[in-house]
Amino acid sequence: MYEITQGAIELNGRDLVELSADARARAGLFMAFQRPVAIPGVKLADFLRHATTNMRHPDRKEGEELLPMREFRRELKAKMEHLRMDMEFARRYVNEGFSGGEMKRAEILQLAMLQPKFAILDETDSGLDADAVRLASESIAEFGREKMGLLIITHHDKLLEHNPPEYTHVMLGGRIVETGGVELAHELHRQGYDRIRKTYPEADARNRAMADHETLLSV
Amino acid sequence: MATDVATLSSNDQIGEINKYDFRTESEAVFKARRGLDSEIVRQISEMKNEPPWMLDFRLKSLEIFQSKPMPSWGGKININFQDIYYYLKPTDSQGRSWDEVPQAIKDTFEKLGIPEAERKFLAGVKAQFESEVVYGSLKEDLSAKGVIFTDTDSAVREYPDLVRQYFSTIIPPEDNKFAALNSAVWSGGSFIYVPPGVKIEFPLQAYFRINAESMGQFERTLIIVDEGAEIHYVEGCTAPMYSTESLHSAVVEIIVKRGARCRYTTIQNWANNIYNLVTKRAVAYRDATMEWVDGNLGSHLTMKYPAVYMMEPGARGEILSIAFAGAGQHQDAGAKLVHGAPHTTGQIISKSISKNGGRSSYRGLVKVEQGAKNTKCKVVCDALILDSKSRSDTYPYIEIAEQDVSVGHEASVSRIGEEQLFYLMSRGLSESEASTMIVNGFIEPLVKELPMEYAVEMNRLIQLQMEGTVG
Repeated sequence: MYEITQGAIELNGRDLVELSADARARAGLFMAFQRPVAIPGVKLADFLRHATTNMRHPDRKEGEELLPMREFRRELKAKMEHLRMDMEFARRYVNEGFSGGEMKRAEILQLAMLQPKFAILDETDSGLDADAVRLASESIAEFGREKMGLLIITHHDKLLEHNPPEYTHVMLGGRIVETGGVELAHELHRQGYDRIRKTYPEADARNRAMADHETLLSV
Repeated sequence: MATDVATLSSNDQIGEINKYDFRTESEAVFKARRGLDSEIVRQISEMKNEPPWMLDFRLKSLEIFQSKPMPSWGGKININFQDIYYYLKPTDSQGRSWDEVPQAIKDTFEKLGIPEAERKFLAGVKAQFESEVVYGSLKEDLSAKGVIFTDTDSAVREYPDLVRQYFSTIIPPEDNKFAALNSAVWSGGSFIYVPPGVKIEFPLQAYFRINAESMGQFERTLIIVDEGAEIHYVEGCTAPMYSTESLHSAVVEIIVKRGARCRYTTIQNWANNIYNLVTKRAVAYRDATMEWVDGNLGSHLTMKYPAVYMMEPGARGEILSIAFAGAGQHQDAGAKLVHGAPHTTGQIISKSISKNGGRSSYRGLVKVEQGAKNTKCKVVCDALILDSKSRSDTYPYIEIAEQDVSVGHEASVSRIGEEQLFYLMSRGLSESEASTMIVNGFIEPLVKELPMEYAVEMNRLIQLQMEGTVG
């Protein structure tokens, strides 16, 4: 858990810090989790229908009508097809027994249905094989690129193939140490992080201290 | 049960039921007095025109009831037995006006979308249930197959030999104090006999032959599924059942013969003034399967432990139980599996939820008799406690008298996971909507076994319970 000591997080001029998680969502924020939690007994389709309704009608009160089933199903089917997901998948319980690839695709499906204003994708490519990464990359481009703000957190460059960034931020030791354009991303992919570590030694030292701390904790 | 069956769509099997007429019978007025003694029992028997053996049975049961002590376990039972009407004729309840029905009950009917006509019936305001559901042709179809489906009172008169052969053989009056009470004053309930090889494809519902009496306090149900036959019987409904009489004590006996299959589904949502003390037991013979699906949402105190006695090899018993206890409620529910022969299998899945100070208990018995080799039995009991006011208990009893068996028991207690709540909320669901979704997911193993209209109502009812507005 983190405590915010200062600053603001603004989305289209609106500060999100004090808002509840659902208020932030309705304001347009979305995050694709790396390892999303399972919700036993809740079918993916039911959950999606409810979430999509709330996102499209942010003022909806609990108990009011959901999106009409037919329309919803049609839209869901089209988007699942694009993600090469079998319709049967919609009947599975949210994240229960999903493989790494299935989890990631389900997160992207949510992004596609919920259509947020700003999406954070947390290592949406980790643990996937080459084909899966390519599909993820294409899908993010299809559903996200040009339609919303995207913050892609990654260690590889495969996702960026179809989603060249406008800005590249490098984080070291818990701080953003450098910001550049797409060429920074390319440089890091080709040459690694050596230059960064040399250029920002205090951050590097902090980073190593944090790593030691983590090792200590995990012992 | 509370939805008008005639308005259901698309499913062919359910669509067939639309053509059945529903008929009711009228009966003479009979005014009983409060209290319980042999005179009342005689009056009950006389009103029903019963043969002497049934009267004797009732009187003997009354003695047993009077001699047995109250149970020393379970919930707190504060009943003055002499202050109760033991026999209410349908026309008696016509005295109650719609105005007297608690507002909370009326609100729930509204929220569950119960049709107008049904509301008055369920609230005990109207004696007869008028419905578009057609029952007469159903009777003809079934009897062409040799199936008997009637109320137990009629069965005693019309099929005396058949009834006498089985009645009280599974649950004798000596079994427990409330079985004895039921045995003395029982009225209403279903009698079903399914001949060998007959498989009834759609669920038979108590709803089909309903009258106010049969929703009464002391129903006695007897179901006989002959060899190779199959039946699914559904009792109860999700709408709250309102009754001025606060003691309800039913007995259900089921015989599942060789190769036969029976599923008995109950959704109970009695109003919060009711003591619901029920004895339900089935015997499964060779290669027979018995399934209890038991939903307990209402009542002030429910004590109910559906049981399956597996008496011959290949028998199988399954009990799926959920209990939801809200403010002022105690659900002491569970199951019993008795493995009385080799090569039998059993399973108990129990899910309980407590909220707002409610108390939910799982009380279960797995008994493996000596000689019941190769028994395989699994118990899973999960409890969800929604706040720090509420309570959940587990009382598992395991008695194994045989070595070569596999018996497993898993239990879990949890609160709604913070992480799960956060995840759902981060997708735009409010905390309340997220909690309800998680709770519905928790009971999904049971809900998916319900006929569709019950499943929909069940989910809606959980939603109302979660909002805390149910009467």
